[in-house]
Amino acid sequence: MKQKIKEEIYRCIFAVLAFSSLVFLVGITLTLLTQGLPLFREVSFMNFLAGTDWYPTYDPPDFGALPLIASSAFVTLGAMFVCVPLGIGSALYMNEIAGYRQKSFLKPLVEILAGIPSVIYGFFGMVAVAPLIQRIFNLPTGLTALTGSLVLGIMATPTVASLAEDALSFVPNSFREASLAVGANRWQTLVKVVMPSAGSGISTAVILGISRAIGETMTVLMVTGGSAVIPRSFFQPVRPMTSTIASEMGEAVFGQLHYNSLFALGLVLFFTTLFFNIIAEYISSRYRLKLGMGR
Amino acid sequence: MKNSNISQKAGFFILFLCMFITLFFLGVLLYFIISKGINAISWEFLTSAPSGGMTEGGVAPAIVGTIYLTFGAIVFSLPLGLACAIYLTEYTPDNLVTNILRISINNLAGVPSVVFGLFGLAVFVKYLGFGVSILSGSLTLGILILPGIISASREALTSIPQSFREASLALGATRWQTIRKIVLPASLPGILTGVILSIGRAAGETAPILFTAAVFYMKGYPNSVFSEAMALPYHIYGLMMEGTFPEKQSQIAYGCALILLLMVLLISAIAIYFRQRQRRIYNGK
Repeated sequence: MKQKIKEEIYRCIFAVLAFSSLVFLVGITLTLLTQGLPLFREVSFMNFLAGTDWYPTYDPPDFGALPLIASSAFVTLGAMFVCVPLGIGSALYMNEIAGYRQKSFLKPLVEILAGIPSVIYGFFGMVAVAPLIQRIFNLPTGLTALTGSLVLGIMATPTVASLAEDALSFVPNSFREASLAVGANRWQTLVKVVMPSAGSGISTAVILGISRAIGETMTVLMVTGGSAVIPRSFFQPVRPMTSTIASEMGEAVFGQLHYNSLFALGLVLFFTTLFFNIIAEYISSRYRLKLGMGR
Repeated sequence: MKNSNISQKAGFFILFLCMFITLFFLGVLLYFIISKGINAISWEFLTSAPSGGMTEGGVAPAIVGTIYLTFGAIVFSLPLGLACAIYLTEYTPDNLVTNILRISINNLAGVPSVVFGLFGLAVFVKYLGFGVSILSGSLTLGILILPGIISASREALTSIPQSFREASLALGATRWQTIRKIVLPASLPGILTGVILSIGRAAGETAPILFTAAVFYMKGYPNSVFSEAMALPYHIYGLMMEGTFPEKQSQIAYGCALILLLMVLLISAIAIYFRQRQRRIYNGK
């Protein structure tokens, strides 16, 4: 009897602790809402999202976040041009062309590289990439949207490669064997059989890559220069949402509009990444069902 | 026939090029930081405090601060993550509740790190009144690495063959006894791997500690969980962005970047080596 009660107690403890991540997720949402929404008592929601002037410390202040949102989109889009082809290409190489030996060396290497802290990429961008960009394109400063996109793209490549490789490894070997057996060569098999059947898994990898790039802070904070204007070209400094939060929180006073506005930016950021993650989740669960796997 | 062979060769070459470019970029990064950072590092650099208005001296307080913050994060999130993984794999069948938990874990993993920083600032620093401190920073980092710990622990637990559990239960052991005496010991290496990877992640994160724990300079070393701390990743950022003597400071920043890079690479290399070995054992390869 005593044993039974003990068992039940353990079960309850685990059950309660298991909900911690749900609690934190809800907690983050509530925190952002309670700290961010007070902004909209003073500034209308549309003026925040569509306003083109971000001067939070002026008197009267302007809280138009469009330049910041556009900067985030701009830099992320640029990064995609780098990390999507490189990441997927690398994944295909690792999974379809490299032999077992080569793969068991490459895959861990890519995973280790995916773990390099973002501040190091930011540092590298500042000391190596920015001067190079400045010299090549003859610009007044090397800290531009292009630099941010490049560094962010290089940084996201191992992540996309690793995720896409996982998706490819889920494609059953019988698919490949069937294709080769009817006379297709390896390239035709790869393009016509493997890629389509891993398609949704690969798109999940890309979507997760996008969501990571939007939320990335230190790299863009250090290399994009930080001027809050709507970007018109890749050769000008920009100021994405993440770097705005990181650089302005130090000077924002607790409880004032500027403080609230940074949480409102966090809210935009949070829901954007949540949206992408849920899409990725949806696609990947359908993908797994399609290939006849459980969750 | 010939055409298809040519396109195969071209296609394979392009993919090889992708792989090569990826590794090339990262190789350049490693080479750059190692070759320039190695000059900055000396015994004194590792063991002394900054001096001369951040232009001379070492980075010992930043190293110590990073160790404290990382350790605190693990102490907080390991029990929580492990309990969650145990509940999901050992106690509940697949149902609506586990599905909701799984989705919330995945989404927590996707939350941008700076948003964790905002949460930590509003809840730990302001609302609970911990102030800018090691405690606030550790808790924030702990929540950040929680999804990783849960996923790694779940992978480790599910890799234990069901027959282990059945054998134990058949001998009359209760569920908890089975977990404690059979399942946990067998999955320990896998769980440790997850923990080590999380250490690497927590040590390198900057955005979550920006507003919750880190300061650019402090006198002496932190002496309680309520003190502020210097941290290596934040120190790199500070030296590059807030410096008044960019020339001298970027040398120190190279040194910091190299130390952080080596720490993280070493940690994740160890973890990934263990994981490969573990997977090979269970896959029978």
